[in-house]
Amino acid sequence: MPAAGAIDRVRIDKVGKRYGSERALAGVSLELAAGSMCALLGHNGAGKTTLVGIVSTLVRQSSGKVAYEAAGKSVAAEAVRREIGLLAHASLCYGELTAVENLAFFAGLYGVDAGRAAIGKLLDRVGLEPRARDRAARTYSRGMLQRLALARALLAKPSLVLLDEPFTGLDRGGALALGEQLGELRAAGAIVVVVTHDLEAIAGRVDHVAVLRRGQLVHEARGAYDYEQLKDLYHRHAN
Amino acid sequence: MGIVRQAARVAWKDLRIELRSGEIVFTMAFFAALLAVIHSFVFPVDPKLVRAAVPGMLWVSIAFAGTIGLGRAFDREREHDTMRALLLAPVPRVAVFLGKTLAITGLVLAVTAVCVPVLAFLLDAPLFSEFWLLVLVLVLGAIGIAIVGTVFAASLLKVRSRDVLLPVVMYPLLVPLFVAGTSATAALIAEKANLDRAWYWIVFLGLYDAAFLVLSLWIFESLVIE
Repeated sequence: MPAAGAIDRVRIDKVGKRYGSERALAGVSLELAAGSMCALLGHNGAGKTTLVGIVSTLVRQSSGKVAYEAAGKSVAAEAVRREIGLLAHASLCYGELTAVENLAFFAGLYGVDAGRAAIGKLLDRVGLEPRARDRAARTYSRGMLQRLALARALLAKPSLVLLDEPFTGLDRGGALALGEQLGELRAAGAIVVVVTHDLEAIAGRVDHVAVLRRGQLVHEARGAYDYEQLKDLYHRHAN
Repeated sequence: MGIVRQAARVAWKDLRIELRSGEIVFTMAFFAALLAVIHSFVFPVDPKLVRAAVPGMLWVSIAFAGTIGLGRAFDREREHDTMRALLLAPVPRVAVFLGKTLAITGLVLAVTAVCVPVLAFLLDAPLFSEFWLLVLVLVLGAIGIAIVGTVFAASLLKVRSRDVLLPVVMYPLLVPLFVAGTSATAALIAEKANLDRAWYWIVFLGLYDAAFLVLSLWIFESLVIE
């Protein structure tokens, strides 16, 4: 059962983005619904990260509109940010602070429980080993940073989870565990958007696939996909 | 109230990181002290000349050291793209601006705490004759530098040549502040302190800070969103 104020629909309507003379996105329309997991596929430079940036409110679109709805009503920008959990290329965490301090700081900004027990539980969930939690994050390996970044993204129990290459740096076990967590988030009613090239990790979990090529949405389909189907989709439309 | 609390949270995070690493404040303070020492070498210790030159030396040291600190303070937000995390948080984005400004004010004040005694000692400058008024001038100056610096440092965060661009775009806007700061300081350390003139420039500094604060609160969000 989604929490009150949870975003249950995102309508991306003819969104375009230009960086100077460079076109990053052109007229992309997509609808994301609660309890679904959308895989955004495409080669490097296809516009996936830009689209995630726009949906996360951190990048302003040059044209088009993104509308967020909760129980049929549109949601204001500040309230939208409360509902977004973003896992980006960078960890978005401070290297000089420990995992616990990072999460306590962001919990304060989000107005959620910043107690050590709550943070410990979250770090257990993402699999960050207890002895690393009181060490400065700059000493972490890539995989550990990714786990901390995921904990930060999930800290406020977001209803719109945007994950840009979430499997980077994770070992096989970590990637499988993350895949399971994404499934749980989806089952709990969140909207999950995954940008990835790791088709194996999302196979059997996504129910919505959107393929971007040179800033344009070239294919969109809904349904369950296994690895072979995803690979076929990717090769047919992304190239 | 929420904005103030969240701004304080951001500022405390910055100061906590700085207290732990000491990286920015030590670099700034060392550079400021170095500038003061160089000034003491290149100017003869003549009481008349000192009174005329020390205000300029003080504010040049604060400006240069402050710029170093500003650049580094925002580099920290760039390292793991944490500025995006701050902007993504469900707090008014002006709270992020105010928090960063508050922390940078603290850093600039730390530099002044080094510059003033070093210049007073090396050049035998009468900087403590109107101590509390000088503190007021320096606090207002530090706030102004932090306000203008935060806006530009944040908006240049993604620009490759930001280290070069920051002083180039920031100093022209800080000229009135430096004029007011040096004039107020000169009035305070004159042989016979001219308090009327000092207060005139203190009020000017207060108005400068207020004007740029309002302007910065208005434009900050549009500057930092890509």
